[in-house]
Amino acid sequence: MFNWLHRLGSSKIFFEISGRWQVSLLSLSLLMLAGGSVWALLFVPPDYQQGNSVRIMYIHVPAAILAQSGYVMMAGAAAIFLIWRIKLADIAVKCIAPVGASITFLALVTGAIWGKPTWGAWWVWDARLTSTLVLFFLYVGVIALRAAMERQASAGRACAILALVGVVNLPVIKFSVEWWYTLHQPASFSLMEKPAMPAEMWLPLLVMVFAFYLFFFAILILRIRNEILVREKNADWVKRWLEVR
Amino acid sequence: MVGGAVRFESLSDFFHMGGHGVYIWVAYGLTMVVLAANIWWPVMVRRKVIRSGKLAMLKVINSQKLEKKS
Repeated sequence: MFNWLHRLGSSKIFFEISGRWQVSLLSLSLLMLAGGSVWALLFVPPDYQQGNSVRIMYIHVPAAILAQSGYVMMAGAAAIFLIWRIKLADIAVKCIAPVGASITFLALVTGAIWGKPTWGAWWVWDARLTSTLVLFFLYVGVIALRAAMERQASAGRACAILALVGVVNLPVIKFSVEWWYTLHQPASFSLMEKPAMPAEMWLPLLVMVFAFYLFFFAILILRIRNEILVREKNADWVKRWLEVR
Repeated sequence: MVGGAVRFESLSDFFHMGGHGVYIWVAYGLTMVVLAANIWWPVMVRRKVIRSGKLAMLKVINSQKLEKKS
């Protein structure tokens, strides 16, 4: 098991394995995104209170879930890098940050667009909205910190530490709807419980959540491969790979 | 499929979405833009990385040739 993990931690082996999967993974995620969107836009019944605006849920909720678990993954990679000094983990931290930032941005903006017809306001300083905005700034901070530091090794360590410190924001997002019972509704979806929605509403949501995750991993693979090529550009295997391009 | 029938009577009904059309279409359109940008960016970087990598290899080969001549 550990041997296997160690092999995957090697940039070269990751590059070889991911090369076989990248296209099918991206295609599958796009197919599911398209299918899930059609399902959500055409077939889902309108909500009895919100009407058709509930269709925004099918992008807002997956984006918001992914925004948070993307950060968990980034922090996990940061911890792995700090403890075991695996270079691939540092690459993962670097590559997750911009994707996570864009998904968090999406969660914030689709939330604002959904908020206008349902709450009557684009934005309120509700605890969940505010802590999600902080999440966005944490992602941006990790990107900016790396860009600001010249030496790659110390930049990697600094970004990993920032990513780990930012983890305190995650329980704040998670429990914000319970600690401060303000405007944002509590989670409507959980792995543990039976959803309060009928299946015709939550099944397409599940498809979209899954599709967003697949998309995230597909994009991550594309970015990590680029970064490996840059960092290992003097390795023989990279030169051989370049020769046949 | 769970949910059964299409929920709209006509195409204009579908675009209008009971008055929420603008919000829904802007939200979905923006999502498409953000996701497309997420694909486009690493694809562009990949092209650049391959081009500059090949250029660097060519330079090495050329300098080796020059060394042999002199």
